[in-house]
Formats: sequence, structure tokens, C-alpha cells
Amino acid sequence: MLELENVKKSFQEPGGGRIPILDIKRFALAAGEQAVLVGKSGSGKTTLLHIIAGISVPDSGTVKVDGIDLVRLPEAGRDRLRADKIGYVFQTFNLLGAFTALENVQLGMTFASGKRDESWARELLGRVGLSHRLDHKPSQLSVGEQQRVAVARALANRPKLLLADEPTANVDSRHQQQIVELIRTTCEQEQVALLMVTHSSDVAGQFSRVEPIETFNLAGVA
Amino acid sequence: MNLWKIALRSIQSRSVASLLTCFSMALGVTLVVSVLVINSVVAETFNRNPGMGYDLVVGKKGGDYQLVLNTLFHLSRPVENLPYSYYKEFVSPEGKFKSLVSRAIPYCLGDNFQGFRVVGTVPGIFDPDFEYGPGRKYEFAEGRNFKQSEFFEGVVGATVARETGLRVGDTFSPTHSFAEDGHVHDDQFTVVGILKPTGTPNDRALFINMEGFYLMDNHAAEEKPPAAKDDHAGHDHGKEDHGNDHGKEPAKKADEPKAEEKKADAKSGCESEPEETAVLLAYQAAKDTGHEHAGHDHGHSHDHSHAHAPREPLPESQREVTAILVRGLANNPMAGMMLARNINKGTEAQAASPVRVVTGLFATFVDPLRMLLIGMAVLVVLVAGIGVLVNIYNSMNERRREVAVMRALGARRTTVFQIILLESILLSLFGGIAGWLMGHGLTWLIGWLWLADTAGVTVNFWQLVNVDIGSSGSVKLPLELLLVGGLVGLASIVGYLPAMAAYKTDVAKCLANSP
Repeated sequence: MLELENVKKSFQEPGGGRIPILDIKRFALAAGEQAVLVGKSGSGKTTLLHIIAGISVPDSGTVKVDGIDLVRLPEAGRDRLRADKIGYVFQTFNLLGAFTALENVQLGMTFASGKRDESWARELLGRVGLSHRLDHKPSQLSVGEQQRVAVARALANRPKLLLADEPTANVDSRHQQQIVELIRTTCEQEQVALLMVTHSSDVAGQFSRVEPIETFNLAGVA
Repeated sequence: MNLWKIALRSIQSRSVASLLTCFSMALGVTLVVSVLVINSVVAETFNRNPGMGYDLVVGKKGGDYQLVLNTLFHLSRPVENLPYSYYKEFVSPEGKFKSLVSRAIPYCLGDNFQGFRVVGTVPGIFDPDFEYGPGRKYEFAEGRNFKQSEFFEGVVGATVARETGLRVGDTFSPTHSFAEDGHVHDDQFTVVGILKPTGTPNDRALFINMEGFYLMDNHAAEEKPPAAKDDHAGHDHGKEDHGNDHGKEPAKKADEPKAEEKKADAKSGCESEPEETAVLLAYQAAKDTGHEHAGHDHGHSHDHSHAHAPREPLPESQREVTAILVRGLANNPMAGMMLARNINKGTEAQAASPVRVVTGLFATFVDPLRMLLIGMAVLVVLVAGIGVLVNIYNSMNERRREVAVMRALGARRTTVFQIILLESILLSLFGGIAGWLMGHGLTWLIGWLWLADTAGVTVNFWQLVNVDIGSSGSVKLPLELLLVGGLVGLASIVGYLPAMAAYKTDVAKCLANSP
């Protein structure tokens, strides 16, 4: 499902030099597989997710999602691939305040090439226990409910790969457990591969595959 | 969910700022629509039939603008008078202009009633067959036309009836001159008819029998020897402050009709015979045969005449007319032009074409003013457009995260560009639609409260402004459609900057900086 080879990424310093962020020889995730990525702050975890999502491009290497090399695609192609095959759960939920819970979930399928199915959006919200909150704006939802809407939105386009960037960073320990379970269960049901970034050892402990980024990222900053 | 809905939701989320932006746009569009509609209505009213069924207005030598505006539109002060004999040149069988004329209506002006113009004329002005505009004929809402034989009858226009409360059977006394506080004549006229609204300045006038007009005090001209037929120069008019004095001395007795006129009168039913001349002749015939109206005192002066006892008509030698409305022969399209040339060759009278005068008036005064107003209104819309730009652009800082989230969900750069552009278009369209409704509402209100009474102009709420397109001008397109197109264009221009800001949003950076 996901294959990275010889991926390198660096950022330019104000002085003109370049700081290497990523240097990954190989990383792979099978279809439906779930893995958690752990590492210190600044170790390149979020940058790696951005590259896998096609939001950023590496300086070199190949990033294949469902057999398609993102690096070779133009930006519009990467956008399309992301809209069709990748789901993304943000650390800060990033729900759009002007939209209801249902509309936020529908937004997840608006840019995809598939059918815009409102009933699927309703079903997803039902699965995360928010059938009674469809018409509520994010400001009317609790933090835990907001994150559940974010999970439903990430799955709205029926992705092959779900990227979750510290989805439990802003919630208490009780909600942490619920959210991780929700994401993992939903991905299992939908046969979606999951790559989650976390700082929490509690969260990491729930996964059978834990990947400390330092073990495969050879960049000096790691 | 489509892009329109996303844009709409974004507007809703900034409801106060969006409302203010829409309102400023609405004000600009209100101004544009109001200027366009009022200009269109006034132009249409003036241009649709500026002559109100007549080709020429004939009056004393002077300014043709004053002659037309005063006679047809009841504006400004009257020019001086023409001798009655000049009028007869249009209506007598032997008149030198008769062969080119199908219709000639005399106007005697100089009085008002509560500020509304009083016109002394003949009943023929309201002939049921006469069209004052294409397919438009004078009709009476109440009563009937005044009769030539009843000197003190009159008809009032629709606005006059509404404003003054005059009804059929009421009487009124005209005030001398055009000042409302002038001398009120002793004579009373009975209202016998109220005209239906015509949408012309005649709604704002009272029409009385010319015979009665002549018999009011100070309406008889000084008696003079007949002037030479081709040249009425030297005829003295207008000594008093109203500029249209009809003379100093009241009538004493009727002139003896000429033998030729008597002969002409014998041809009963001849359309060319002037009605008032027929009355004179009938009166003279009655006098000759002793069949006068019972109780009529021929030696009386008219200062007592509240009661409408039969009185002698004013002799022709003491009569004057302020203007003559002339229609050329229908079967001779050149008649009007030939007539005007012949009249203008003389030294006494002038013939003015209402069409030419109104066209000239618009080209000289109204069109530049209209362009100025439209220019100012367009500037207001442009300022409102900049308001839309500021509204959206200012919101972009706080919305970069939203844009980044949409991009992370798979939206292309062009998609977020479109969403921001749609926001701009929606804001402008909402403001435009509100402004369009407000503009039509405002013009309807102005028309109802003011234009209908002061200018005889009616404005409908759904009055659309059309422009002629194509070489022949046969296809009309509502100008407001162009306005919609213009607004969309403006919105696209002002929406471009914030849309480009959205387009260039660095997704990774914005997501990394998310709170």
C-alpha cells in the first residue's frame, strides 16, 4: 500500500545552507496494516506524513501509494490522489467552523472523484456515535466529539491509507483511549492502512507495529 | 456538497461583515438603478410622444424651447400672444395654411387655479377620435367634454381633480396670472368632466371654454384695426406682470361677421370651421333674428357674472391666442415641414417642432446630467466593489488554515481559487439583487409621491430599462441584465486578489502553524 525508498528531504536555512530532515532508505506499510510512528519533536514525523500525503515533495526518492509514485505526479495529480486514496486526521482536528458536523464530513468527499454520498457521511457519523449531532457546528461539540467528526471526515472518501498526526495530543487520557480505538476499529472495518504519529507511549502501546523514526531516518537531526 | 455551498457557508460564517459589504454594494446598485429607471421613464415620457399628437406648436416669435415647454408641458411662462386672425389662417377655408393642416387647436394661457395651469381652448381638443399618442385617446373618468355653446364649462385633468378635490358639478374661479395669490376672477366655471389619467402634462391642467376665457376681466385685447394678412408685426401684447395680458377692456359687442364667414357657416358640419367662430356666427344670427337668450343684458359688463347668464362672445378684433397646436395632413408627410417653413418665413409667428425641441433639450441638458449621475453611481458601485475586496482579503489571514485543510482534503489550488471567487461573486450578487429591488422600490416611491404629480410621469415597480442592440435597434435587452454581468465582472476582478492568496497558500506551513 505504501512504499518509500531513498526519500530525502531538507529545508533551507536563512543563511543559505540546508538542514537535512529526512533520509529514509526504505519504509513500507501493507494494505490494512496499522503502524504507529514515534519519535522526538523535530524528528521529521509530520514532514514524513506531509510527503506521504503529497502535500510536500521530497528532494529525491520514490513515494508510492497504492502503486502510484507521488513524486512523479504533478501537484494536481497529487491533490487528486490525496482526495481519492488518503485520509488525514490532524492534531488540532481542523474542523471548519462554518460547517455542521455532517457538512464537515461531506467536505471530505467533495474533492474526491467518487460519488458524493450523504448517506455514507451520516453512516460514518453514526459509527462514531454522533448521529444526534449531525447539524451541530464544531463550536457546539465537545473536544472528543470534534475529534470523532475529524475521524469520520478522514474516512469519508473511502481512503486506502489513513494518516493520523498526533490525533490524541489535545484530549484527556479517557478520550485518548476512545479516539485511538475508534480510529483503529474503523480502519479495520474498512480495510484501511493506518499510519499514526504519536508522542504517547500509552497510545503506541496499543499497536503491534511501533516504528521509532530514528531507526529508519538517517538524517542527522534525528 | 458543491463549491457554491462552501462559498455560501463561508459568507454566513462572517455574517456581520458580509451584511455590511452587501449593504454597501446594494446602495451603489440602488443608485445606478434609480438613475437609470428615472432617466428612462422621463426620457420615454418626453420622447414617446413629445407633441401629444401634434406636429407643431405655433406661437409668437421667440424661443422655441419656451413655446413648447410652456404650451405642451405647462412649464415656464407663456410667450406673448398671436392675434386671433392668425389662428384663423389655420382653420378658415380660405386660410393660407389651411391646405396643409388637418387639425389646429388654440391655446389661451395666463391663468391658474391653485397653481395648476388653466387653458382656454375649444372642445375639439378632446375629440374622442383624436389620439394623443399611439392608440391613446382622451377619456373621461366622470362627466363629459365641455360644450362650445356653454361658455363657462370646463374639464379638469386627473391630477388636478385628485389634488384640488374638484368634482363634476363643482365650480371654480381661475386666478389671473401664474401666481397663486394673484387676482381671482369673478367668473366661475362649472366642472363638467374629469379626464382619466393620461400620463401626460395635461393631467395637471384645467381646460375651459375659450369663449368663457375671453369674457373674464382683463382677457380682451385692445381693439386694433385688422393687420395685414401676411404680417402681424406691430401687434402689441403683454403689458402686465404675468407676461400674457389679454388686454385691458372688456368686450362691448360682437363684431359683425364677414359675408364670406356667414357663407362658410352655412356649410353646416364643415370640419374646417373653427368652433368658436361658429358660435360667434350662431350668436350673431340669433341676435339678428331676435332669438337671444332670455334675460340677457347686452349692455352689461362682465364683472357681475357669477351666474352663467348668456353673454355676448368677445369680438374677434379683441381676441388673441397664446399658441396653436397644429397637426399636418396625415396623407402628406411633408405637410408639417412645409408648414413650419412657411410660418417661420413670416415675421410674427414661429412654428416649433416638439420632437426637435425635446430631443435638443435632452441632448443639451438631460443627457450630460444623466451621464454625470450614472458616472457617479458607477463610482459608488466601484467603491462598494473595493469593500468586497477588503472584506474577503482581510478574512484571508484567518482563513488560510481553512484553505490549508481543504487542500489537505484533496482540493486543488484552482478549486480554492474558485471558492474565494464565488464568495466575491455571491456577495456582489446578493448586494446587487438587494440594490436592484431597493432601486426599483425607490423609483416607484419617487414616481408615486412626486413625479406623477409634478411631471405627469408614472413609474411601475417592474419598470425595466431597455437598451437597443443590433444595427436596427429592433432587439431590446434589459439594461439590468448588463448590470448583473457587470457585477459578476466586478466581483471577479475584486475577488482575484484574495483568490490568488488562497491559491498560493502553503499548505504544509499553515498546517504546521495550526493552533
